[in-house]
Amino acid sequence: VLPLLSHCSLTMIAVQMKSHCEYDLSASTFSPDGRVFQVEYAMKAVENSSTAIGIRCKDGVVFGVEKLILSKLYEQGSNKRIFNIDRHVGMAVAGLLADARSLSEVSREEASNFRSNYGHDIPLKHLADRVAMYVHAYTLYSAVRPFGCSFILGSYDEDDGPQLYMVDPSGISYGYWGCAIGKAKQAAKTEIEKLQVGVNILYIHIDIYIVHDEVKDKAFELELSWVGEVTKGRHELVPKDIKEEAEKYAKESLEEEDDSDEDNM
Amino acid sequence: MATMLQKFPSSVSTLNDYNALYPDWTQREVSTGTTIMAVEFDGGVVMGADSRTTTGAYIANRVTDKLTPIHERIFCCRSGSAADTQAIADAVTYQLGFHSIELDEAPLVQTAASLFRDMCYRYREELMAGIIVAGWDRRRGGQVYTVPVGGMMTRQPVSVGGSGSSYIYGFVDSNYKPAMSKEECLKFTAEALTLAMERDGSSGGVVRLAVISEQGVERQVILGNQLPKFSTV
Repeated sequence: VLPLLSHCSLTMIAVQMKSHCEYDLSASTFSPDGRVFQVEYAMKAVENSSTAIGIRCKDGVVFGVEKLILSKLYEQGSNKRIFNIDRHVGMAVAGLLADARSLSEVSREEASNFRSNYGHDIPLKHLADRVAMYVHAYTLYSAVRPFGCSFILGSYDEDDGPQLYMVDPSGISYGYWGCAIGKAKQAAKTEIEKLQVGVNILYIHIDIYIVHDEVKDKAFELELSWVGEVTKGRHELVPKDIKEEAEKYAKESLEEEDDSDEDNM
Repeated sequence: MATMLQKFPSSVSTLNDYNALYPDWTQREVSTGTTIMAVEFDGGVVMGADSRTTTGAYIANRVTDKLTPIHERIFCCRSGSAADTQAIADAVTYQLGFHSIELDEAPLVQTAASLFRDMCYRYREELMAGIIVAGWDRRRGGQVYTVPVGGMMTRQPVSVGGSGSSYIYGFVDSNYKPAMSKEECLKFTAEALTLAMERDGSSGGVVRLAVISEQGVERQVILGNQLPKFSTV
C-alpha cells in the first residue's frame, strides 16, 4: 500500500490531477469508469508516431508512410515501416517500431501456417482477425504490456478484390476503404474523405504532403507501396520513377491548392 | 493392417495344419476393392462409384455408399481400406468444417484436397487409401482432385481409381471429350463403372452417382438390372 500512495503523491506534485493513478499500472485492471488505461496509453504511443495512410482503390490498395528523418546520418531506406507479410499482403505501421516488427513476424507466421495447412493464400479478413486476437491477448495480463502500435493490412486478389483492414492496440480489427494512423490521422482522414472511390495512387502523395505540412515537422522520407491489378496481386514498393512523378505532382498540387479544390484526375 | 498370425506355406507339411485353425478371412483386411470415378464439367462435377465392400472373397456390404460428403458441395470417393478411408474422411470433415466457420465462407475444393493430401502423405506408411476429392466452389467452379496411395495430389478433368480402374483406362482415355455436358458426363461415368464392375471381382453391386453444382447435390442409384448393356456382357 505504501508504495502505491507515494506514486499517487508524485502524480499530484506533477500537477496532473488525474483520477486514475491506481488503475493504470497494469492491463489486468479496470478503472471505476470501465476503462483499461494501459490500452489507452498504448494508443497514445501510436498517436505520437508519424502518419501512415492506406487507401483501398477500385483495383488495388496503396500505402503511404511519412517517415520523419531524425538525423542526417540515417541511411536512406532504412527503418522501413512497410512490411511484406505474404506475397499478396502488405502491412504499414505506426507506433513503437520494435513492437510493429515483432507483430509483422507474427503475421508472417500466421500467413505461412495457413498456406501450409490449407494450400492457398490466407484471406485478409482472416489474417486480420488472427493477428488482432494475438494483439488482444496482450491486453489481458499484468505480466505483459499491450503492443504500442497500430497497423494497416492490405491485399488484392482477383476474386475478393482489394481489401484493407486496420488493427489497433486494443485488438480490434476494422475493415476500411481508407484509413490513417499516427499523429496527423484526423487531418489525413479529412483529406481521404474528400476522395471518390476508384481513385489511383497519386492522391496518397497529396495527402501525405498536406498532412505533413500541417504537422510542421522537418525533413521526411516517403515510403510508398501498392498491391493491385497493376502488380498482379503482389505487394511491392512503388517503383522509383512512378514515385518521383507522384511526388512532383503532389508538390505542384499543393502550391495550386489555394486556387481550387476541384482537382480531379 | 494384417494380423500377426504366422502363416505356413502349404508346401511345408506339418503334423498340425495351423492354417485350418484360422479361416482366411480373419487375416484379410476389409477393403473397398472398388471402382471410383469423377469428371469435371462446366458448372460442376459428376462422381460415381460401385457399391461392393469385401473381406477377402466375402462381400461384407453389397450396397456400400462410397461417395462421402465432406462439406455441402464437396464429396470424396473412397477406395482402399474401408477403415482408413472412413477415418480420414471423418478427420477432414471436421477440419474443413472448422475452417469454413472461421472464414465464414464456403470452403474451396482445393482446401479439402490439401487436407486429404496432408493426412495421406504424413501417415503414408500406416494408411492404404486412394481418394478422389470433387466438388464445386464459387472461385473455380467444378473441380476434381485425385489423392492416390502415397499422398500425391493433383487436379485432373477426369479421374478413376480403385482396383477396377485398371480395366477402364482405355475406355476413359478414348471416350473422354473436354466440354461435355452434365448428361454426357453421367452417361460416360455410368458406362465406365459398369465395364469395370463386369471385369473386376472386387467391384460390383449398384452404381451410385452424384452431381455437384452451384445448385447443390443430386444423387442417383442405378440398380443391377438397369445398368447399361454391352455386347460381350
